[in-house]
Amino acid sequence: MRGIIKSMKLDQKKVIVVGASSGIGASIARALGAKNCSIGLVARREELMHGIADEINTRAGRTIAQTYVGDVTHFDEAEPLLDRIAGDMGGVDVLIYVSGIMPAVQFHEYSFDKDRAMIEVNLLGAMAWINAAAKRFETARAGAIVGISSIAGDRGRGSMPGYITSKAALDAYLESIRNRISRYGVQVTTIKPGYVATDLLGGAKTPLKAISPDEAAAAIVSAIEEGAQVRYVPGFWRWIGMAVKLAPSFVMQRVKF
Amino acid sequence: MSDTQRYQLTQDHRELVESWGMNRRTVSYVFRPTTAEQIADVFTLAKSTGRTIALRGAGCSYGDASLNAEQIVLDLSRMNRILEWDPDSGVITVEPGATIRNLWLYIIEDGWWPPVVSGTSFVTLGGALGMNIHGKNNFKAGPIGDHVLAFDILLPTGKVKHCSRDENGELFHAAIGGFGMLGIFTRITLQMKRVYSGLLRVNAFSTTGFAEINAALEEHRAQSDYMVGWIDAFSTGKSFANALVHTANYLAPGEDLNPAQTLRVVNQEISPTIMGIVPRSLLGKLLQPFNTNPGMRLINLAKSIQASVTESGHTILQPHAQFAFLLDYVPDWKFAYKPGGLIQFQSFVPFDQSERVFTRQIELSQKLGIIPFLGVYKRHKPDDFLMTHAVDGHSFALDYPYTDQNKAGLSFLVQQMARLVVDAGGRFYYAKDSLLPADLARAGMGEERIARFAAIKSECDPERILRSDLSRRIYDGFAG
Repeated sequence: MRGIIKSMKLDQKKVIVVGASSGIGASIARALGAKNCSIGLVARREELMHGIADEINTRAGRTIAQTYVGDVTHFDEAEPLLDRIAGDMGGVDVLIYVSGIMPAVQFHEYSFDKDRAMIEVNLLGAMAWINAAAKRFETARAGAIVGISSIAGDRGRGSMPGYITSKAALDAYLESIRNRISRYGVQVTTIKPGYVATDLLGGAKTPLKAISPDEAAAAIVSAIEEGAQVRYVPGFWRWIGMAVKLAPSFVMQRVKF
Repeated sequence: MSDTQRYQLTQDHRELVESWGMNRRTVSYVFRPTTAEQIADVFTLAKSTGRTIALRGAGCSYGDASLNAEQIVLDLSRMNRILEWDPDSGVITVEPGATIRNLWLYIIEDGWWPPVVSGTSFVTLGGALGMNIHGKNNFKAGPIGDHVLAFDILLPTGKVKHCSRDENGELFHAAIGGFGMLGIFTRITLQMKRVYSGLLRVNAFSTTGFAEINAALEEHRAQSDYMVGWIDAFSTGKSFANALVHTANYLAPGEDLNPAQTLRVVNQEISPTIMGIVPRSLLGKLLQPFNTNPGMRLINLAKSIQASVTESGHTILQPHAQFAFLLDYVPDWKFAYKPGGLIQFQSFVPFDQSERVFTRQIELSQKLGIIPFLGVYKRHKPDDFLMTHAVDGHSFALDYPYTDQNKAGLSFLVQQMARLVVDAGGRFYYAKDSLLPADLARAGMGEERIARFAAIKSECDPERILRSDLSRRIYDGFAG
């Protein structure tokens, strides 16, 4: 799905990746490094993040990636940190919010603590960062916001209510922001990955083959450059998403996925 | 704003600040002081928050000279008063935000005209001095700095220095052309030029190739007051570098039988419609469909046919404002370059090298298929300002559309063209530059001048508060 925003090239753009210490975020940072972007990496886990920045900078032969320790659940810190990174990079062109958690939840388990943690990281952290970026991009009349949601947000399945709620809400939030600021030339892209072999999946057995984080990152970079509004990664998940949305409730109530 | 209020880095000061060529858009904290005290407040704010300040007037620099992404931009356009005017001597004193348009409207009916003007009248005098602008009469009148009698400059240290050729002469020659890196001109005193008519005698002819235009400009140089060539960069083969050349002269006393009438402002300005029908304000939009190579080639061809059939060899009388500021009367013509914007590459090359270098520049553009839509050619003479862009030779200013698709190629092209300029001992102009890499820009200026400027900078602005995206690009590298 493409919107009214024209496509752009990410080469040499200034990009902030929130949740860059592992998984899809780390792979996106590396892919951006290969495009000579200036990259601000944000994550809690300093050492992991340093390793990734070092790898990017070594390959580039100069310092293009810088690290910033930040916890996305410290909501008040999002805007000041965004301003600080923007100051260091001389602006921001793209914000990519990748941070996400999916603690294991058993089928008979009802854990409010786990649900709240997912909402805080997957949704409220995204809102804190994306609100700050949206305000800035609206002023600049340019920019791109990318949220990594999930195929999980497409339907209220029985297997993981908290995670699904966080991603469904993130989908709705990103769509609202898009409808609000695309008129100012700001791109908002919702990425909906299927199975990606990251720590989030924790090596769980998947009914369909999981793609690697690098493969996911490549598809995400293309989606941003093509100006996509909503992009399933890989693309065939679009059809699964559609099937899941169309499935009648009596079917959804009988399956356990 | 009351005395007790102080400027703060609040969200309501965050604004979009765009280069004139629309090729770079930034967000900065923008302040628009109207008094020296308020300027001092902004410096206090910068020091207390560890931010840098870029100076901005009308924002007419093509590139990043008045941008300062994520930092402070001090917009002086509201300090625009005319402080003193003596219609007998032609000496005028203005604040930095006064524009050339403010100036000529104020003085022309007294029989004076600014001795040097840029192609647009919307620039401020502060910006004009910062860049040391030149006009189509540079070969004769020099840059605007040659007509500045004195100025007061407010330094970031808080000191105000009065500068003229005799007093603080070194700072005088460094601050003019110092691209806003030394201080703020708060009072500028200039000598205007006496004119005896509101009209210029304008002559047009065509030339082909750089050897021919160079010879023609030398032939007309002594007896002309203005000279400019419009070169078609699309032309190839036998008509390579087809040009329409305009020369112009002031009228002598007595030639205009009714100067009071021709000097009236109302007789200087152009009508707001073309042929009484098409509003000029729509021209930018009407041209937008032609913003492709074949379209522009047609327009250039039409212009050169028109030149050879109807204009060549003809002499017309034209008001100063219409001759000098033609593009001001096509409002928003630059929007034809939307959405990507445009860049200008202007280089200044010594006389004996210009034919070779500029021929090669067009050849390179044509080979890469990135062809400038407009090429303006002028004759220059050297001046005695420290960071000067002038040489004893020619300048060629090329306007290129800037798009996502062509920008990698355009950067490559600019570097190739700039290398030719540097090797020929040529120079560049900060008001126009957007893409020069630091090494080539510095080579054009010469390390000796840069060192002298840096020494003056460290005296005027020891904390290096005055910075811009351009100064970072050329003098600090991007990380600075």
